[in-house]
Amino acid sequence: MLVSDLFSQALNGLSYGVLLFLLSVGLTLIFGMLDVVNLAHGSFYMLGAYAGLTTIALTGNFWLALLAAPLAVGLVGAAMERLVLRPLYRRPPLDQVLLTFGFIYLFEDVVKAIWGGRIRSIRPPDVFASSVSLFGATVPSYRLFVIVFGLAVALLLWLLIERTRLGAVIRASVFDAEMTAGMGINTNLVFTGVFAFGAALGGLSGVIAGPIQSASPPMGATILVPALIVVVVGGLGSLKGSFVGSLLIGQAETFGKAWLPGASMVIIYVVMALVVLLRPQGLFGRPLR
Amino acid sequence: MRLRLLALGLAIIAVALFPRAAGGYPVKLLQEILIWGIFAMSLDLLMGFAGMVSFGHAAFFGVGGYAAALALGAWGPGLGAGLALPAIAAAVVALVIGYFSIRVSGVYFIMLTLAFSQMFYAYAFQTAWLGAEDGLVGVPRPTVLGLDLAQPTAFHLYLLACAVLASLALWRIVRSPFGHVLVGIRENEARMRAVGYAVDRYKLVAFVIAGAIAGVSGALYTQFVGSITPDAFLWTTSGEALLMVIIGGTGTLGGAILGSAAFILLQSLVSSYTERWMLLLGVTFIVFVLFAPGGIVGTLRGRIGLRA
Repeated sequence: MLVSDLFSQALNGLSYGVLLFLLSVGLTLIFGMLDVVNLAHGSFYMLGAYAGLTTIALTGNFWLALLAAPLAVGLVGAAMERLVLRPLYRRPPLDQVLLTFGFIYLFEDVVKAIWGGRIRSIRPPDVFASSVSLFGATVPSYRLFVIVFGLAVALLLWLLIERTRLGAVIRASVFDAEMTAGMGINTNLVFTGVFAFGAALGGLSGVIAGPIQSASPPMGATILVPALIVVVVGGLGSLKGSFVGSLLIGQAETFGKAWLPGASMVIIYVVMALVVLLRPQGLFGRPLR
Repeated sequence: MRLRLLALGLAIIAVALFPRAAGGYPVKLLQEILIWGIFAMSLDLLMGFAGMVSFGHAAFFGVGGYAAALALGAWGPGLGAGLALPAIAAAVVALVIGYFSIRVSGVYFIMLTLAFSQMFYAYAFQTAWLGAEDGLVGVPRPTVLGLDLAQPTAFHLYLLACAVLASLALWRIVRSPFGHVLVGIRENEARMRAVGYAVDRYKLVAFVIAGAIAGVSGALYTQFVGSITPDAFLWTTSGEALLMVIIGGTGTLGGAILGSAAFILLQSLVSSYTERWMLLLGVTFIVFVLFAPGGIVGTLRGRIGLRA
């Protein structure tokens, strides 16, 4: 194998991994806050892609879509948390998971009804429509943009959560919601906000993924599985885990496809099974039980 | 008790005689209800009694279906190929998936089971010897005790017999000491561990039993349709079983059959009017979880004081 091939594979894996991070970080944030695995998170990704498609169809501007789609999906998320999830907080967590499972069906059919069932794709912005040559490998410049953008989002998220007052409020609510409420913080608002923010991140990843992976109604359910694997590997509720898990799964998937085409679809599951065997709580998760 | 047995006996006779009274389509619906009822009951053993909510039960349904298709094609129409081998194959797969999945509980268990079942989907979808995306078609029906099940009446009775046997087996299991331990684990896993039960072993055995029965339902489904496609492994298959259990009432076994009936009748009713079947499924999910978490059976028990 040539060094340039290796390099371009690694870059592909990195851009896929960064994409998985944008997706799974919302999942892990929502879990950290509500103790709920939002199985409809893949649907937010799908909604983001379609909202992006419509924005681009209306304005022809990719960057506007990158702003408008997460906003729209965030609103959907806020409504979902406020209207149907909140009444369930006192019930067993399973009820909430089942509820989000129902939303996978709902969102998929709504998208089919509005946009139709055929496969569509988002055109990358003109600036990143071409390819560049790096170390002898030809790399679509949009992929480089995805990598830089994803890493920037990761850094901003870390700053937001670890270094700002808002982040402190969020961490406090995760740690002990009742105590935080007692300190005079409106935790209801924090819960809705975090759910909406996580949903918006899902929507954002849908727009970002648009030019790389095409959009079709089943995409939400399809992307859910790698996202779940990422959080199992990294550890639920851990931002660092979500980051490391994403990059790991991104590389495993990409190199698996190139080197072991026969077993490519099984590799990420093998990684997951190994982690569960050796470290059930995930690489950076809180200990279970 | 005697009254319930009588009612149950009459119901079985009614199902057995149904093809004499009704035309082809209602009979097909009834058969589908029996097959999915078995599948949903096997999930209820995990969900309702052991407290293990599997979102990947389709894995066993699909393995049973594919095993039946392969074995009936290769070895001819015996009951071993039609039922025993699929059950064993599904049990083995359940043993492997369960070995990994029961190490964790709660949401992790949900995520692992869901992910593993999608792995089977991806594999079946891309694998030539499983017919890739077209699946396996032209599967013959077995011959049992000299009865050729290609004949409609014989097949109907065969499905009924399987459903009754599966119900009996599951009913015996949940009433046995083993079943009570499962309920104990659902209610308080830490305490059962402290009392000295090998909790993980109990969970694994329950998972394997449920997997084997789900495998039987998959095998029956293959024989019913005459083919099997990768969609049997898809998350929607697991979701349908989950929904049936929830509609009927978790932890009641009988509710799973009721849920299966409600689901399949609704599907046949609605599909002629609208294409928005998935939307309706999603809304049903949401409405039942929000407003009737006990399902049909649980709600009835609460309203009219009906006791188990």
